Amino acid sequence: MSSREADRAAPARRHERVLLLLALPALLLLLLLFAWPVLRLLSMSVSDGSLAQIERAAFDELYLAVLLDSLKIAGMVTLLCLCLAYPVALWLTRASRLGLALGMFALLLPFWTSVLVRTYAWMVLLGRNGVVNRMLRDWGLIEFPLPLLHNLGGVLVGMVHVLLPYMVLPIYAALLRIDPDLSRAAEGLGASRMRAFLRVVLPLSMAGVAAGCALVFVLALGFFITPALLGGGRVIMIAMLIEQQVRELLDWPFAAALSAVLLAVTLLVYAGIGRLTKGGRLAAP
Amino acid sequence: MQRHSRLGARVLTGFTMLVFAFLMLPLLVVFPISVSSASYMQFPPPGFSWQWYQRYFGDEIWIEATIRSFQVAALCTLLAMLLGVPLAFLLVRSKRRGTWILDRLAAAPIIVPTIILSIAIYSIFARLQLIGVWYGVAIAHTVLALPFVVILVGAGLRGFDQAQEQAAMGLGASWPVAIWRITLPQLRPSLISAAFLAFISSFDELVVAMFLSGAAMTLPKKMFDNIMMEIDPTIAAVSVTQILLVGICLGLTALFGRGALATTMSR
Repeated sequence: MSSREADRAAPARRHERVLLLLALPALLLLLLLFAWPVLRLLSMSVSDGSLAQIERAAFDELYLAVLLDSLKIAGMVTLLCLCLAYPVALWLTRASRLGLALGMFALLLPFWTSVLVRTYAWMVLLGRNGVVNRMLRDWGLIEFPLPLLHNLGGVLVGMVHVLLPYMVLPIYAALLRIDPDLSRAAEGLGASRMRAFLRVVLPLSMAGVAAGCALVFVLALGFFITPALLGGGRVIMIAMLIEQQVRELLDWPFAAALSAVLLAVTLLVYAGIGRLTKGGRLAAP
Repeated sequence: MQRHSRLGARVLTGFTMLVFAFLMLPLLVVFPISVSSASYMQFPPPGFSWQWYQRYFGDEIWIEATIRSFQVAALCTLLAMLLGVPLAFLLVRSKRRGTWILDRLAAAPIIVPTIILSIAIYSIFARLQLIGVWYGVAIAHTVLALPFVVILVGAGLRGFDQAQEQAAMGLGASWPVAIWRITLPQLRPSLISAAFLAFISSFDELVVAMFLSGAAMTLPKKMFDNIMMEIDPTIAAVSVTQILLVGICLGLTALFGRGALATTMSR
C-alpha cells in the first residue's frame, strides 16, 4: 500500500465506523423484529422437547398432501409465468421508446396495484354471474355458467396475474445485458434468426430465467390471499393452513412446525436455484 | 428468410399484446362496475350512478380505514428511509469480510413467507400489547419495506462515482456535507423510487395487517372483510380510487425517478 492510499484508508475506516453506527437502528430492527421473532416461532415447534409436531407437519398424510399441492401450484404458476414472460421480455428489448414506456406502464401499474384489488377484479370477471360468463352466455356460446372461480384454474389465473411482473423484469434485464452483436455475428456466419436465438440469446439469458423462476416459485409457495379468495375453500395452500392453526385452533406449536416446514422448503428451493446462477446477493456488487 | 422473421416478429408482438391485455383487464373491468346503478354486481351496468363513490366517501368506517392506511404507510416510509438509506451505504461501501451476512439479513424479509413473519411478530406484539395500534402495523411494515429501500438505494449508490465525493472533500467539504450536497442529490431518482415503493408496499399490505391491526382496521383489511361478506360495488369504487392513486404516483415517479424503478426492479 502506498503512503497516499494509507492516507485515504484512515478516514475511510473512520467513515465506515460512522456508517456502521448510522446503520445500527436498521440492523437492530432486523434482529429484534425479524430474526428473533422468526427463530422464536420456529423454536415453539419443539417446545415440548420432541420433534413430534414437525413430524406431523411434514409427514402426516393430510398435511403432506397440502404441502405437495402447494408445491404443485407454485410449480404450475412458475411455468405459466415463464411461458408468458419470456416473449414479453424479448418484445420489450426490441420495442421502440414509446413501446417500451407503454409496456413498462402495462407491467408496473398492475404490479403496484394492491393484490386485493386485483383479486377482487378476478372475482368480478370469473364469477358465476361474472363478466366472462355473462358475455359467453349473451353470445350464445354456453347455456350454463362455466365454473371459472373457486377452483384450481381460478387460483392459477389470479396468482399468475400477480406474479408475472416478477418474472418479466429479471428476464428483460438479462436480455438487455446480451451484446446484440453476438446474434448478428451468428447470423452473419450463416445461422438462421431462429437458430441464432436458440443457440446464442436463449443460453445467455438463463441467469435471468433462473432468477425469475426462483422469485416466483418462492413467492407463490407462501401465497395466502389469492388462493383464499379465488379458491373458495377448495384449494388449500400451506400458508392458509398456518393461518387457520393460529386464528381458529390457537395451536401455536403446530403452526410453528408448519412454518418450519414451509421455510425449509422455501430456503432449499432458493439455495438450489441460487447455486445454478450466481445471483442472490442484495446490495454488495 | 426475411419474410419468415417478419412473421416471427408479428407473432411475438401479437402474443405480447395479449399478455398486456391480460395484465390490464382486471384493472379496467372495475371502472364500469364502480359507476353502476345496479345494487349488485351486474355487467354490463344497467345505468350510470355515483352511488358507490358516495357510499365509500360517506361511510365513516371506510374513511377511517383509508386515513389509517395513509398514516401507517407514511410512518412506514419515513422509518424505512431513515433506517434503510444508511444500511444501503454500509452494505455497498463496507469492505469488511462479514458484510455479506448483513446483506443476506437485509434481503431475508423478502424471501421468508409473509405469513410466517406475520404470526412471528403477532406473537411478540400480543405480549407488548401492540395489537390494534396503528404504529405497531407501521413498524412491522417497515421490516417488509426495508429490503426494497436497500435494493433501490444500493443500486443507485453503486452507479455513483465516489470520486465526486472525494473531490468535494479535497476541496474542503467535510464528509457529511459532501454526502448531503453531492451524493444524496444524485441519488434522488433512487430515493424517490424507494420511498414510493415503501409507501405502496405498506398501503397495500394485508397479511401482516390482518394479524396486527385488530379493531384498528387498515384499508386492505376492511376491503378483505367486505369481499368475504358480500361483493358489493362499493369495493369497486375503492379499487378505482386506489388504481388512480397508483397510476398518478407511478407517473410522478417516472417523471422524477428517471426510470430508476423499472431498471432496478429488473436487476
